[in-house]
Amino acid sequence: MALMLKNARVIDPQVELDEVIDLLVRDGRIVEVGKNLSMEKGEEVDLSGKILVPGLVDMHVHLREPGFEQKEDIASGTRAAAHGGFTAVCAMPNTNPVIDNAVGVEYVKARATQVGKCRVIVSGACTKNLEGEVLSEMGDMIAHGAKAFTDDGHGVQDSGMMRRVLDYASQFDRVVMVHCQDNSLVGEGQVNEGVASTRLGMFGWPAEGEELEIARDIALCRLTGCPLHIQHITTARGVEMVRAAKAEGLPVTCEVTPHHMFLTEDDIDDTYPTSLKVNPPLRTKADAKALIEGVADGTIDAIVTDHAPHTDWEKDREFELSPFGMIGLETSLGLVLTNLVNSGVIDYARMIELMAIAPRAILREDPVRIEAGSIADFTVIDPDKKWNVSRDNFYSKAGNSGFLGFDLVGCATDVYVGGYATLRDGKIVE
Amino acid sequence: MAFPHKHLIDISEYSADEIMLLLKTAERFKEVNERRIKQVPTLKGATIVNMFNEPSTRTRSSFEIAEKRLSANSLNFGGSSTSTVKGESLSDTVETLCAYKVDMIIVRDKHAGVPRKIADLSGVHVIDAGDGKHQHPTQALLDLYSIWEHKGKFEGLNVGVVGDISHSRVCGSLIPALKIMGANVCVIAPPTLLPADVATLGADSATSDLNSVLPDLDVVYMLRVQRERLEGAPFPSLREYNMLFGLTKERDHLMKPDAIVCHPGPINRGVELDSFMADHPKRSVILDQVYAGILVRMAALYQLLGGTNDGIDA
Amino acid sequence: MSEPLVKSICMNEEDIDRALTRMAHQILEANHGAKSLALVGIVTRGDILAKRLRERIEEIEGVCVPLGKLDISFYRDDFMTHFAPEVLGTDIQFNIDGKTIVLVDDVLYTGRTIRAALDALMDIGRPAAVQLAVLVDRGHRELPIRADYVGKNVPSAADESVRLFLQDVDGKSAVEILDVDPGGRAGAAPLGTKEDTE
Repeated sequence: MALMLKNARVIDPQVELDEVIDLLVRDGRIVEVGKNLSMEKGEEVDLSGKILVPGLVDMHVHLREPGFEQKEDIASGTRAAAHGGFTAVCAMPNTNPVIDNAVGVEYVKARATQVGKCRVIVSGACTKNLEGEVLSEMGDMIAHGAKAFTDDGHGVQDSGMMRRVLDYASQFDRVVMVHCQDNSLVGEGQVNEGVASTRLGMFGWPAEGEELEIARDIALCRLTGCPLHIQHITTARGVEMVRAAKAEGLPVTCEVTPHHMFLTEDDIDDTYPTSLKVNPPLRTKADAKALIEGVADGTIDAIVTDHAPHTDWEKDREFELSPFGMIGLETSLGLVLTNLVNSGVIDYARMIELMAIAPRAILREDPVRIEAGSIADFTVIDPDKKWNVSRDNFYSKAGNSGFLGFDLVGCATDVYVGGYATLRDGKIVE
Repeated sequence: MAFPHKHLIDISEYSADEIMLLLKTAERFKEVNERRIKQVPTLKGATIVNMFNEPSTRTRSSFEIAEKRLSANSLNFGGSSTSTVKGESLSDTVETLCAYKVDMIIVRDKHAGVPRKIADLSGVHVIDAGDGKHQHPTQALLDLYSIWEHKGKFEGLNVGVVGDISHSRVCGSLIPALKIMGANVCVIAPPTLLPADVATLGADSATSDLNSVLPDLDVVYMLRVQRERLEGAPFPSLREYNMLFGLTKERDHLMKPDAIVCHPGPINRGVELDSFMADHPKRSVILDQVYAGILVRMAALYQLLGGTNDGIDA
Repeated sequence: MSEPLVKSICMNEEDIDRALTRMAHQILEANHGAKSLALVGIVTRGDILAKRLRERIEEIEGVCVPLGKLDISFYRDDFMTHFAPEVLGTDIQFNIDGKTIVLVDDVLYTGRTIRAALDALMDIGRPAAVQLAVLVDRGHRELPIRADYVGKNVPSAADESVRLFLQDVDGKSAVEILDVDPGGRAGAAPLGTKEDTE
């Protein structure tokens, strides 16, 4: 069936497009892009006043299935993704069992096909059971569709083992995504070391615990030539190291989360809000400023959420006993629009690079362009919609957002995956 | 005027006048503690829960004595019988206590921030009896009381706090409290035991050279070396700690003649304090601090549990 | 709270002096002298009156009787519902066991203060007898308590306040009847610090 999307302002820097124009879609692909298009029969949607962009991708998401379905599952997590404007997410492998073999990859793919509301890109573990000791079967996982590898949540502690991971992975043209955390420095760290750890009387999670591993992994990238993607970067010096590595020509990319840009350690007040307990921790104002500069100047490649759902009873605990992580799929776009685009820090084209183009490129996914022949994955944005972040509106099973109560401007209203609507007028299409 | 605080959780929310009122009230309670019958009916009918989720003999005993001398009904809740051991969440435990219709919860927990959480959940009065490495406000009050008793003032006093500053909830309350009262505070510790941000604690200066600052100090506050935390080895041996940071007999001549020595107890003799100092008849105020603990806790219970002035006449 | 209106002054400095002299005589007469007698004033006005009574007794009898002051803050029956008054402290340096204690207060009203004072005394020791001396009895008793020695009976309405002012603490000496707002404090004894009762 044909689908005609009319009168949206269509923006795609890949084809240097930014104008009010119509799109004709058939069989999951764009057939025609032009003014005053018409068709014989099919569905026509008027998108006047809206902005249509290539479908957004969140390349760092914890869908929690298999094993932790009480927190989130593929059905709820992909609905949250669609509600947040995403056409695809990359699922992290720290499930139970860990996605460290082909069976796990196939399971996630199969569930996503059955119950998903967006594409699910599967990442596999670098080492068996995320233990940092034995290489996982990366080749077999790739044969079954895995797109990237990561020991997210842990990091590979041993430098020799990390070298082996990168060395081995370098044969596949796949990115290794790294969670940078030196456990011997981080220990039981709960919040950023410094003012926050002293004020709150808890063990600190020092910036150096992250920076040391970023430095190590950049060195190992230089040594092995394996593409390296630094996950959820949080410190000014970390950004500086990535900037230098890129200048050197190394295949290094990195990502940042909205919470590390728009929240700081100062937000963790004496009520000890566990929704702000994240790993890596919220850093200083100066760090957040450096992250935003990195986003604007191109040092940081992608904006991701590190969507980390937890149940209420897990989060409603003593701060030191509560698990790390906050959800983000349903607030990411609104936060980026409100704090970066509307405020003029970046334009729509840069936002599309950060949230659609770069994630696909890093994950070796086919690009989505607004031109004839491309896959019809779109996100439609209402740039003027004022809304308030409320748990009641989440499709996620979890409510552990650090942004509850925030007033935002702009959100996704419609999402198309392969030409089919997954979100229409802000509601999931079932 | 009614006392403007419902809880005693964060000492830095208290003004100098309010702290002074607590100290003066504590002083008045001496008379009660020196009677044959050491009990007054002030808190008759009040139910106070001592929720000690981590072992503590001294602080809990001190609170219990204070409660009993004010005729409150007290209930000990915690220790090995604590329901958190059985997997109950903190909020469920607190809601259970609320269903008992208690008037105050006194909480000791190994996790920072728990007293505030309990205050928000329960709506009853809460006193922080020590939370993690965060705060221990009644300890700070008893320390202030002892200092005030011996020095008669705070303004301009030089107080040195020596020892494990970074893991010390005592410091978390004592240093801000001393600053509120106008004292100068210097922290003295090996760099491995200094907090990441000394300024945030409120200390005026930090050093690892005890001998260099000792001659200026009016009050030398020795923290307990947490021997059980030596696994991570912040210093090589107790012997070397004593050599560099212990208040030894040899250091006596460096001290002002009228300098006093405080310690929150229990003492590790031969580590942070030599017996010469611990038992020094002029310098050591350690047992005065223990007595002050009863007095300031009675004062805190008295001020916090006094009703709000509703204009009804007596 | 608005400033209470002074309705009338029922005792001036000289009246207070004469009343105290008479009361001292009565106390000595009733107790056949000053033997085993002790005075305990309730803070913050009764203790000053007790001190004056002791001076009169010494002038008359040549005996300086023991004097103490009693703070009833810990014994109030409205502590949890009302508020914590400033604790001024009890100071009784002598053993009250076996003594005849004359409790001294400024204005006797509901009787609740005296009830608290009796409890406080009993916790300190076991006196042989307790007697009550008040400068003013304004009626309106809520408990079965009566004074043994009264400076002046002052009939008053419930919405009036009868208050003693003393040179030592107030800068003037008088017993005044004041109008109080509905719900305002009508009690005789100041409840808190000087600042907030004035």
